[in-house]
Amino acid sequence: MAGLGLGGLTLPNYTFGNEVSIEQLLDNPLAVSQKKVLADAALNTAKSLGATYTDVRIGRYLNQFILTRENKVQNISSTESFGVGVRVIVNGTWGFASTNNMTADGIKKATERAVAVAKANSKFQKEPVKLAPVQGYGEVSWNTPIKKNAFEVPVSEKLDLLLSANAAALKGGATFVNSNLFQVNEQKYFASTDGSYIDQDVHRIWPSFNVQAIDRAAGKFKSRQEMAAPVGMGYEYLMPKAEDKLQGPGGMILYKNSYDIVEDAGIAARQAKEMLSAKSVEPGKYDMVLEPNHLGLTIHESVGHPLELDRILGYEANYAGTSFATLDKLQSGKFNYGSKVVNIFADKTQPGSLGAVGYDDEGVKCKRWDLIKGGILVNFQAIRDQAHILGMNESHGCCYSQSWNDVQFQRMPNVSLAPGTEPYSSEQMIKDVEKGIYIAGRGSYSIDQQRYNFQFGGTVFYEIKNGQIAGMLNDVAYQSNTQEFWNSCAKICDEKDYRLFGSFFDGKGQPSQVSAVSHGSSTSRFNGINVINTGRTI
Amino acid sequence: MALLSKEEAKKILEKAIGFSKANECSANLNGGERGNIRYARNSVSTAGEDSNLSLGVTSNFGKRSGSATINEFDDASIEKVVRRSEELANLAPENPELMEVLGPQTYGAESKTYSEATAKITPEYRAKAANDSIVPAAAKDVTAAGYLQDGYGFNAIMNNKGLFAYNKQTSVDFTVTMRTNDGTGSGWAARDLNDVSKLNAAETSRMAIDKALMSRNAKAIEPGKYTVILEASASADLIRLMLNMNARTADEGRSFLSKKGGGTKLGEKLVDERVNIYSDPWYDDAPASPWQGDGQARKKMDIIKNGVVSTLFYDRYWASQKNVAPVPGAGNAIMEGGTASIEDMIKDTAKGVLVTRFWYIRPVDPQTLLFTGLTRDGTFYIENGKIKHPIKNFRFNESPIIMLNNLETLGKPERAVTSEGGPGGGTNLMIPSMKIRDFTFSSLSDAV
Repeated sequence: MAGLGLGGLTLPNYTFGNEVSIEQLLDNPLAVSQKKVLADAALNTAKSLGATYTDVRIGRYLNQFILTRENKVQNISSTESFGVGVRVIVNGTWGFASTNNMTADGIKKATERAVAVAKANSKFQKEPVKLAPVQGYGEVSWNTPIKKNAFEVPVSEKLDLLLSANAAALKGGATFVNSNLFQVNEQKYFASTDGSYIDQDVHRIWPSFNVQAIDRAAGKFKSRQEMAAPVGMGYEYLMPKAEDKLQGPGGMILYKNSYDIVEDAGIAARQAKEMLSAKSVEPGKYDMVLEPNHLGLTIHESVGHPLELDRILGYEANYAGTSFATLDKLQSGKFNYGSKVVNIFADKTQPGSLGAVGYDDEGVKCKRWDLIKGGILVNFQAIRDQAHILGMNESHGCCYSQSWNDVQFQRMPNVSLAPGTEPYSSEQMIKDVEKGIYIAGRGSYSIDQQRYNFQFGGTVFYEIKNGQIAGMLNDVAYQSNTQEFWNSCAKICDEKDYRLFGSFFDGKGQPSQVSAVSHGSSTSRFNGINVINTGRTI
Repeated sequence: MALLSKEEAKKILEKAIGFSKANECSANLNGGERGNIRYARNSVSTAGEDSNLSLGVTSNFGKRSGSATINEFDDASIEKVVRRSEELANLAPENPELMEVLGPQTYGAESKTYSEATAKITPEYRAKAANDSIVPAAAKDVTAAGYLQDGYGFNAIMNNKGLFAYNKQTSVDFTVTMRTNDGTGSGWAARDLNDVSKLNAAETSRMAIDKALMSRNAKAIEPGKYTVILEASASADLIRLMLNMNARTADEGRSFLSKKGGGTKLGEKLVDERVNIYSDPWYDDAPASPWQGDGQARKKMDIIKNGVVSTLFYDRYWASQKNVAPVPGAGNAIMEGGTASIEDMIKDTAKGVLVTRFWYIRPVDPQTLLFTGLTRDGTFYIENGKIKHPIKNFRFNESPIIMLNNLETLGKPERAVTSEGGPGGGTNLMIPSMKIRDFTFSSLSDAV
C-alpha cells in the first residue's frame, strides 16, 4: 500500500531513530574496516553455533525533516538510528535478532539470540529454506550518485527555499500553504557467509507542499499538491534546470530530473483558485490521458503489488491481501495483462529512482528484468528463498528492510512502464483525443485485496474536447479493473516525456515496514475508462 | 525490563530536569516491550520480540525550542541529551505558535489501560494462539493467515514548572483471515483488547472459518444504493474517519465542519438525532490514558450529542487565539447503540447487504468527508429477512456524515477493530453495528 504519509508534526522515534544534532548527521562513527571486524564476529559466532547461512546488516539511518506553514517554521527534526541486525539459517529455518549495542560482545549476543530463535522456530518448520545461489562479491561499495549532499546544505538555506515557495503560493492567491522537505541517508553495510562485504551510501529526498484556496462565502476549499516526486538524489534535485521543465496544460510546468518548488507553488495557487469555480465532471466513459506523476501510483497499485511473489503465495493474506496474478497465469505464458504496447519492467538500478541501490539487503547485485512484455505477463518479483518456486536459480535482488532492527523481506523494486518507441509528445496525444480527461499528479487511490478493482483521483483534471484543453474539472475519479485498464492502453508517449513518480512510505508486512519506490512512465492514453462524479452535499 | 514504575520514571525525569539551564524544560520517558507472531499458509512465518526505552528532552528559550532523544541512562548521557536540546533550541528559528509549558495538572482516577495478564504474555502463548487458528482451519480445508501482537509500556512526562504525569498500558491485537482452499471463500475476524484474558483465539478463528465457508461461490449483484447492515468493524472503519473534530481547520474554512459563509458547525445538527458519540478515558472496555502527550488532562466529553456537534478540539495555541479553553483530542470514542443484534436487523430487512468489514479506505473529498473503499472477507445478500447468498465485493463511495443521516437501526456497541488502523496504534473504539439505507456501492470487485 502506498499508505503512509507525513501526517503529524512529530514522527515516532521507534521508526526514525533518536533526535540528534545536525552536525551529528555528518559524523562517521564507524570506519568500513571496523564494520568488517564486527560483521566477522557475528559470522564466526553463528557458524560455531551451527548456522548454515548468516548475514549481518550494520545500518545507520539518518533522517531530517523540515515542516513549514505560510511564513512559519513548524518543526525541524534530525534523527539517527544505528545498530545491527543478524539473520541466520539453522536447521533450515530463519532466525533474526538485532541490537544497538555496537560492541563485539553486543553483536555476539544478538547472533546467539538469532540462532536461538531459528532453533525454536525450526520445530514448526514444514519446508526447509532453499536459497538461490549468489556470488560472493568480496569487499565492494556503492553510493547514490548525488551531486550535493542534502545533509550538508545549511538548514537555513533549505528553510529559505520552503518559505520562498510558501510566499509564492500566498502571492499567487493561496489562502493557506504547508511545505515540507524530507531527507534520508541510509548508510548500510552488509556481510554474509557467501563472502560479500558490501558498503552502501543511499540518499533520498522529498520536497512537498499543499496549497489551499478557500471561498468562505461558497463554503468551498480546494487543494493542489506539488508536481514533484520524491527521488533518489541529493539536493541537486532542488536546483532547477531549464531542460528539465516540460509544458503541461493550463500553463502548468511538469518536472523531470530537477524541481522548481517556488515556481510550482505559484502555479499551484493559481490552479487551486481556478478549481473553486471549475465545472463538475459529467460521469461516463472518457479517453484518459495520464501524466507520469499520476500514472506512477496506478502502476504501483495495479502492477507493482500484484506481482510480489510473497503476496501471490499467500504470505500477506491477513493484511494487504493476495493477488489475481496467480502462478498458473504466469506459467501459461499467454496471460494478456495489457495491450501490445504495454511493456513493464522492474529495475533496481534506474538512476534517480528511490529503489536504486547496488546490492539488495541480502547481498544480491541489483538488475533490471521484464514483468510484462508486449502485454504478456512474463515474470514476478522474487528474492533468494523464493526463486526456486519460479524455477529460477537466482534472486531478482529486491530484498529490503526499513532498518537494522527489522528483518528483510521481499519488497517492490522500481516498476516502470517503458516509453513508446515512436516519436510522440503529450501535446500530440491531447490533439488526438476527442472526448477525454487529462490528469496530472497523485490523488485519492484505492484497490481491492486481489488487485482487480481500483479507483483513482488526481491532483488536477483538465477536460479534453476535440483535441483541445477545455478547462479544469472537479469531482473526477476513474474506476477500472486492472486487466481491462492495461488492455485499454492505446498509446504511450516517447522517452522525452519519461519521468519518475515516487512513493516514499510504501507499507507492507506485519509488523508493517515502509520502503521507498519509484515508477517511471511517459504520458499514456487509456481508451473508454469509466469516470464517476465524486461531488456530494452534506 | 522496560516497564519502569512511577517512582523509577520520576527519578530519571527529575535528573534530566535538574540538568536544565533553559527557561523551560520538559522531558518524556517512554518504554515498553512488544511481541508478535505471524502465520500464513497454515504455518508460522515470523515471530519476534523487541523492547525500547527512550528519554526525550525539549528545551525552550522564549519562542525557540529544541528536542533531542537518547536511550542511554547514565548521568553523563542524560546531561548530554539535555545540553543537545538546548543547543538545538538556540539554533532554532522562532516558532510564534510555541506555548509555555503547562504547570501542575490534576488528573482523574487511575487509568484502566493496563492489564497484568497482557504484560505476562509469553512466546508460548503466542504459539498456542497461532496453533488454535491453524489446526481447526486445516481440518476444514481452509488456510489460515493471522497476526498476534501484544505489548506493555509506560509514558511519563515532567517539566520544570511542576507537571508530572505517568501512565502504563497494555494491548493485544489479534487478526485472522481464513481462505477456503478452492479460492472462492474468505473470512476475517479480529479482537483488539487491553486485557488478554478476554481473548479467545480459537473462538475468533472459528468465526473467521465460518465466514470463509459461508462466503464461498459468491454471486454478482448490480452495484447501486442498498440498505446495508454493517458489522461493528465495518461501522468503525467509517465512523473513525469523522472523529478528527479539529477546531482550527474548521475555523479556517477547510474542514467538513466549516460552515458556508464562515464559522463552524459547532452546535449544529450534523447527523441523525439518535447518534451519540462521547469520549471517556475510564470506559472499562475501551480505556484511554487520562492525559495527552503535552500533559493536558482528558475528561469525559460529548463529541456528538443527539446528532449535534457538541465539541471541537482546540489545541492550546488555537484556544489562546480564540479566547476559549483548550480541548484535548479524544483518547477514545464510544458510540451509544441500541439493543438490536445482527440477526434482529437481518430479520427486519426486505432487501439488503451484510458487510463484515471494509478495506483500503481512502479520502476522496475532504470537504464532504467522502471516502472510497471496498467490502472484504464476507459480504452477503439479504432478502425477506434472511441471508440469501454470498455476493461479490463492492466498491463504495460514501461519507460517514451522509451515512449517519441515513440511519435505520443501531445495534449493540462492541470494541471494534478497524481494517487498517494497525494493531495497538489507534484510538480505542466502542462502536455498534448499524443498519443504513441508501449506502452507495459504485462498482463490483472480483476479489475474494
